[in-house]
Amino acid sequence: MSRVLEVTNLRKRFGGIAAVDGVSFHVDEGEILGIIGPNGCGKSTTFNCILGQLAPTEGEVKLDGRIVTGMRPSELNRLGVSRTFQLLQVFPQLSVRENLILAGQEHKGTMLSRLFGPADAGLGAAADQMIGFFKLGHLADVSAGGLSYGQQKLLDAAMAFMAGPRLVLLDEPAGGVNLTMLADLKERLRAINREQGATFVVIEHNMEFVMSLCTRIVVMAEGKVLAEGSPETIRSDPAVIEAYLGH
Amino acid sequence: MSNLVDLVIAGLATGAIYALVAIGFTLLWQTSQTINFAQGEFVMLPAFLMLAVASLGAPFWLAVVLGALLSIAILGVAFKKLLVDPMLRHGVLPLAIATMALSVAMKESVKQFFSAEAQPFPSIAPSGSVSIFGSSISLQSVGVFAFGVAAVIGLNLFLERTSTGRQMQAAAQNPTVARIIGVPVERMIMLTFVINAALVALASLLVTPIYLAKFSSGETLGQAAFIAAIVGGFNQVRGAIVGGLVIGVVDNLAAAYVSTQYRAAVPLMLLIVIILFRPEGLVGRSEERTV
Amino acid sequence: MTPAHRLFAIAAGAAVIAALVFVPLSLGRYGLYILSLWSVMSIAAIGLNLTLGYAGQVSLAQGAFVGIGAYAAAIMTVNGLPLSLAVAAALILCFIVGWVLGYPALRVQHHYLAFVTLAFSTLAFLVFRNEEWLTKGIYGISDVPRPNIFGLSTAKPLPFYYLCLFTLGVVTIAFWRLVRSPWGRAFMALRENPMRALSLGVDTRRYTLMAFAIGSALGGLAGALYAPLTEFVDPTPFTLSLSLNLLMMVIVGGSGFFFGPYLGAMIAVLLPEWLRFTQGYYLIVYAVLVMALLIYSPTGILGILDRYLRDRSAKAASSLRAAARASLPDEAVG
Repeated sequence: MSRVLEVTNLRKRFGGIAAVDGVSFHVDEGEILGIIGPNGCGKSTTFNCILGQLAPTEGEVKLDGRIVTGMRPSELNRLGVSRTFQLLQVFPQLSVRENLILAGQEHKGTMLSRLFGPADAGLGAAADQMIGFFKLGHLADVSAGGLSYGQQKLLDAAMAFMAGPRLVLLDEPAGGVNLTMLADLKERLRAINREQGATFVVIEHNMEFVMSLCTRIVVMAEGKVLAEGSPETIRSDPAVIEAYLGH
Repeated sequence: MSNLVDLVIAGLATGAIYALVAIGFTLLWQTSQTINFAQGEFVMLPAFLMLAVASLGAPFWLAVVLGALLSIAILGVAFKKLLVDPMLRHGVLPLAIATMALSVAMKESVKQFFSAEAQPFPSIAPSGSVSIFGSSISLQSVGVFAFGVAAVIGLNLFLERTSTGRQMQAAAQNPTVARIIGVPVERMIMLTFVINAALVALASLLVTPIYLAKFSSGETLGQAAFIAAIVGGFNQVRGAIVGGLVIGVVDNLAAAYVSTQYRAAVPLMLLIVIILFRPEGLVGRSEERTV
Repeated sequence: MTPAHRLFAIAAGAAVIAALVFVPLSLGRYGLYILSLWSVMSIAAIGLNLTLGYAGQVSLAQGAFVGIGAYAAAIMTVNGLPLSLAVAAALILCFIVGWVLGYPALRVQHHYLAFVTLAFSTLAFLVFRNEEWLTKGIYGISDVPRPNIFGLSTAKPLPFYYLCLFTLGVVTIAFWRLVRSPWGRAFMALRENPMRALSLGVDTRRYTLMAFAIGSALGGLAGALYAPLTEFVDPTPFTLSLSLNLLMMVIVGGSGFFFGPYLGAMIAVLLPEWLRFTQGYYLIVYAVLVMALLIYSPTGILGILDRYLRDRSAKAASSLRAAARASLPDEAVG
């Protein structure tokens, strides 16, 4: 089982405060890793450091054994890392199908071939497949801005998969989604994990969502890793319970 | 050799004026994300307002005072309330373009309502020259330089030593935090617009006697101000001062040593070089990578 | 677009094209000049729309690129070279200059391109005015010939107008294809949400640079037609004012909208005529109108139209959403 992502001794300081203070974990291929922790524990900052949104003060990030610490988001994306956003960032002026094609097009061919090639960059079929998979069929040509919040979340997730990524980082995917949609989302994510063999890292607050979706969980508190293990182990870990209830 | 000293000193004089105009420009950017492409016309207008008041029969000193007050009202308060405030919600770019339209409107208005011809403007400095370092400097240059430096020092003292000034700096650097600690941010922003209007009015008073009042004089001055602000360092007032002086000297040296045809090109080339090799400006700090 | 809408759009488009082709047959020399000027300015405005409306960059040098194209065409055709060669030269030259200008400026910050293009505009004018050996300086290049297309002379106003219209048509089709292509999608992404675009692998810097270079090349193309249109090229038209004028065209028409530049160019070319009665005040009126328009709708006239249409279709979308919500639970359970 190869390690898709390896984070070693990650540290991020803002002035005198260490938001991330020596975090290490790894993700094996095909795993769904959940990162949870009380508010302000540093999970979002860790995420942003891995994704190149922030430059880490110390530490190392390896993707498939290759050092990628501090690489820009666009470079990481080209290496096969995808993400969804906590604050929705779909393109409201483009249709659902167009959003999906956009999400995958920069990985097909060269810039020049994309200029003279077909209008959909050869991704029309793939986009339709993704639309079907995420059950957005009847909305394929609707502007993304006209979708409901839950539907946009599904689209955001679908966009992350268009490029056939190695690793997908999901930032609070369950946030603001109603229960029916949530069951749907979980089921779709599990299906993609099975079928495409994609590896996930999920930050979430919704405990039920994380416990039922993830194969392994990392708990953070005050910038450090507090505990690590299967959902059952974490659920009964006294230190974890303390960290959450002690607030 | 004395020629070089002449040129440098004269350059510092014009540079002081550029600095005044560039400071206002930078302040507007810092506090309210306003890129004022009409800044040159802002310097052109006060002189005409003063001339207009004078033509009604007022003595010169009164015309200057009233003209300056009018300038502050129009270029400070009215500008902010009528154009900047409604446009700010649309973003930086539309506002910048609106100021371009404003510059056209101001230029053409003066041309139509006043005159297309250059008008003479009385100088507040006495005529004659004085000898410094063995070369003969016009009292006008000295006067301009002295006034310019006094204004800059005054502004600096205001910003650093008075509580209002420090509040203004806080509002400029971080409006959200400033609001939390009780700084009246909106009033501070209006204050920067008023200060800009005062600075350009002073610059107008100093520069118009030399170059005469013409509707088109805003173009070169505005461009010089932008270049000064960027060459110095767009994010700070200090940059505007340094940039202004540098551009003033460079401009004067170019006038003497480069063909008249291409003298205007020298500051432009300097701008391009700075953007290429040191985009944060001569005294600016490079921005931390945000992405 | 519903079938009814599509039919309407096609009919309207056909009517406009028919008008552009047949109405000029009854126009005099001056009317034909205005229409030719409109088509040439539209081409320059389309280029600027790509830079500003699609890639979100302010260029204050579009007028200079028109100048470069005009001088290239004038110099080459006066020396016997065909206009087609001059057009190619203008396109390539302006593309390269655009790339060279944009590369360092875009490395820095967003608004720096505005300043660099401002400086370049002035520099270009100085070169046009001073390098007499090349441009004949303030005396200008006169008797710029009009080309022969497949043996037909375009010396008269009507055939030359058709040449301009044809070029505009070609540019329109090419631009349409560009906007529909993956590049067009990338441009829209980097205008709407550059951060998100970056995270999807869009090389925002390269696309922005491309947009600026292509936009500048189109400015050159417009200039290459401007030279034989006026049959005289001197530095006076190619000042910062022209760049500002082109910017206003794009803004007033609606930056980022496909038909914005055509509308904006029409207004800019015709307004001096309509406001002739104001005798020289028209520029003030124009500038004030631009400011008012910007305050009300920063996306120009077509922006106002678009907002209106969107409000109407938002109602349609919410009913669609309600239908979607009703159908989903069934699928989730089943």
